[in-house]
Amino acid sequence: MNNIIKKFLPQILAILFVVLIFGFLTINAQTNMDNRGIDFGFGFLSQESSFDVQFSLIEYSGSDSYARAFLVGLLNTLLVSFISIIFCTILGVIIGVARLSSNYLIKNSAAWYVEFFRNIPLLLQIFFWYYAALRALPLPEKANAWFGVTYMTVKGYYIPAMVWENLNVFLYCGLAAIISIIILRNYANNLRDNKGKQIPVLLYSLAILIILPLLSFLIGGVSLEFELPQLKKLSKISYIYEGGISLPPELIALVLALSLYTSTFVAECVRAGIEGVSKGQKEAAASVGLTPNQVLKLVIMPQALRIIIPPTTNQYLNLTKNSSLAAAIAYPDLVLVFAGTALMQTGKAIEIVSITMLTYLTISLTIAAIMNWYNKKIEIKEK
Amino acid sequence: MFKLVKRLTSLVAMFAVLFAFSTETMAAKKSKTLENTKKRGFVRCGVSQGLPGFSNADESGNWTGIDVDVCRAVAAATLGDATKVKFTPLSAKERFTALTSGEIDILSRNTTWTLSRDADIGLTFVGVNFYDGQGFMVRKGSGIKSTSEFKNGTSVCTNLGTTTELNMRDFFDSRGISYEPVVFEKADEVVAAYDAGRCDTYTTDKSGLAAQRTKLSAPDDHVVLPETISKEPLGPVVRQGDSVWEDIVRWSLNTMIEAEEYGVNSSNADMMKTSNNPAIKRLVGAEGELGAAFGLDNDWNLRIIKQVGNYGESYKRNIADTGILPDRGPNELWTKGGILYVPPAR
Repeated sequence: MNNIIKKFLPQILAILFVVLIFGFLTINAQTNMDNRGIDFGFGFLSQESSFDVQFSLIEYSGSDSYARAFLVGLLNTLLVSFISIIFCTILGVIIGVARLSSNYLIKNSAAWYVEFFRNIPLLLQIFFWYYAALRALPLPEKANAWFGVTYMTVKGYYIPAMVWENLNVFLYCGLAAIISIIILRNYANNLRDNKGKQIPVLLYSLAILIILPLLSFLIGGVSLEFELPQLKKLSKISYIYEGGISLPPELIALVLALSLYTSTFVAECVRAGIEGVSKGQKEAAASVGLTPNQVLKLVIMPQALRIIIPPTTNQYLNLTKNSSLAAAIAYPDLVLVFAGTALMQTGKAIEIVSITMLTYLTISLTIAAIMNWYNKKIEIKEK
Repeated sequence: MFKLVKRLTSLVAMFAVLFAFSTETMAAKKSKTLENTKKRGFVRCGVSQGLPGFSNADESGNWTGIDVDVCRAVAAATLGDATKVKFTPLSAKERFTALTSGEIDILSRNTTWTLSRDADIGLTFVGVNFYDGQGFMVRKGSGIKSTSEFKNGTSVCTNLGTTTELNMRDFFDSRGISYEPVVFEKADEVVAAYDAGRCDTYTTDKSGLAAQRTKLSAPDDHVVLPETISKEPLGPVVRQGDSVWEDIVRWSLNTMIEAEEYGVNSSNADMMKTSNNPAIKRLVGAEGELGAAFGLDNDWNLRIIKQVGNYGESYKRNIADTGILPDRGPNELWTKGGILYVPPAR
């Protein structure tokens, strides 16, 4: 009996404490809102938002609801986070490996890069890319074509838009290619494990990845045309490109700042991971006759990844949360559109801020779950 | 026996009257915000992050502007000293939350009075200290003379969390023009972006355009288009639920406007005490007991006029003399062809 009390009493007290605090906060907010005549409720989500958003991945106009405006903001946040995570990973791995290079110049430039970009506050870097770097770009009418058909201007980066015919056939072919590659890899692994035979999987995979979609063009009736951006005159001195896709400078500045900043942390994670694998492993692998490539791929990386993944997950989470700094440079992310404009127009501060917080929490937990799953997959399987 | 009953009833009646009277005066004078303000020794006032003419801080941190003067007037009325104000610069996005959460007691930040803001979110607008309307600024070289010349694809820079965002949509939608809204949180960021050529036009209240134009690298290369696309009555706001405080702020503003109407200003206010006009005498506290209704002394309005000045002085000092909007337009008194008209202080 005594033991049970000892065991559960502190826990019950802790729960009670948490419940009381939450209860107090709720009641306090409720009375204050009542006193000030503020209603609490989520009914506003279905009301017409009546404001426009600069850049949206889905169809949206001011006659849509606040709920849709929320979705627009959320997708923009996910877009900028997704692109930045990919860039920062690629850059981070390159820099991280470069820091371990035996070449003095490469090693030191990588170190300089890391020290420079991780020690300047992110918001300043965002302002730098947006106000200093991108603003130095030419006006639309003065822009030179990059690669012949794209234009980098102060109003955005204009690229040709793809106009597909029978896009679904192409996508099915792509899907089929990916499935065949997975089957091929499994087959190759079996072959290697059972018969000790190795086939060039990478080469075959690339061939499948190119040939199948190509077939869709030749016999599947898929066709692709490019719609090029055309210069259009708005007034005597101002121009814009019409047609094609326009990437707003806000998005570009944000992706640049977020990827460059976060890549330094990823680079350090990668370096730590590789250095964390003991030298003996490499030497032993080399002594059994593995090529340097195989040593890296089969011995070093599997062990290094275990060290790299958890801290890198943190960096991905940080990046996603840092993307909320977008509001400073007018990129219409969740914070700007929903916790900004929508909050102002409805005055539903508590509701909107809680929805926004829950959304960021959900995004972060999802990223964490994916990374944990990957971590579990590559961790040491003890038998 | 009969006598006793009669005596008892009269006693009860007397108590009832006394009690009713005392609760009434309590209700009339009791303002939590006023009490706290007196205890604290300064008025907490939310202003903009820098809009010349309305609320703007100089290098040494002194705030000036017609919005600032409203808060100074309240400080003069309640605390006797117009300098006892703590200004909190707020972005458009933060302003209402700061007020409803009790961080500030007056929001005097070029805020448009609209139905939904007044009725929906726990705020009360007390009056209008500037009649404004939304306009557009463009580069002179563009040759655009009217808003009807905007074409599809025009990019528009503006502030986040303002009625501007809604008006802009109404305006472009009703004309079937597609546009690109570029929305910044701070006014300075909007100016910087427009200046750099990110946007073809900059839209906000016309007074704001006139004020922000001075911050551009070459102000003379830009022009505000003649059209006004909305009504923007700007005025101070208080929290809902403290009607006495609401009245104090309302009548502090009204006093400034009425003082101008009767020709009372900071330099002649003391002399006006001996005026023949009872309305003027009431305005300088020489007649009537107007302050008692708020729980203030009788010199509250005299102090406003002496320390802050009347509305005309405030306008001249902050907006006309700084070259922002020399012409008062609708913000002239009703007696001089404008629409400034306040209820009588009596």
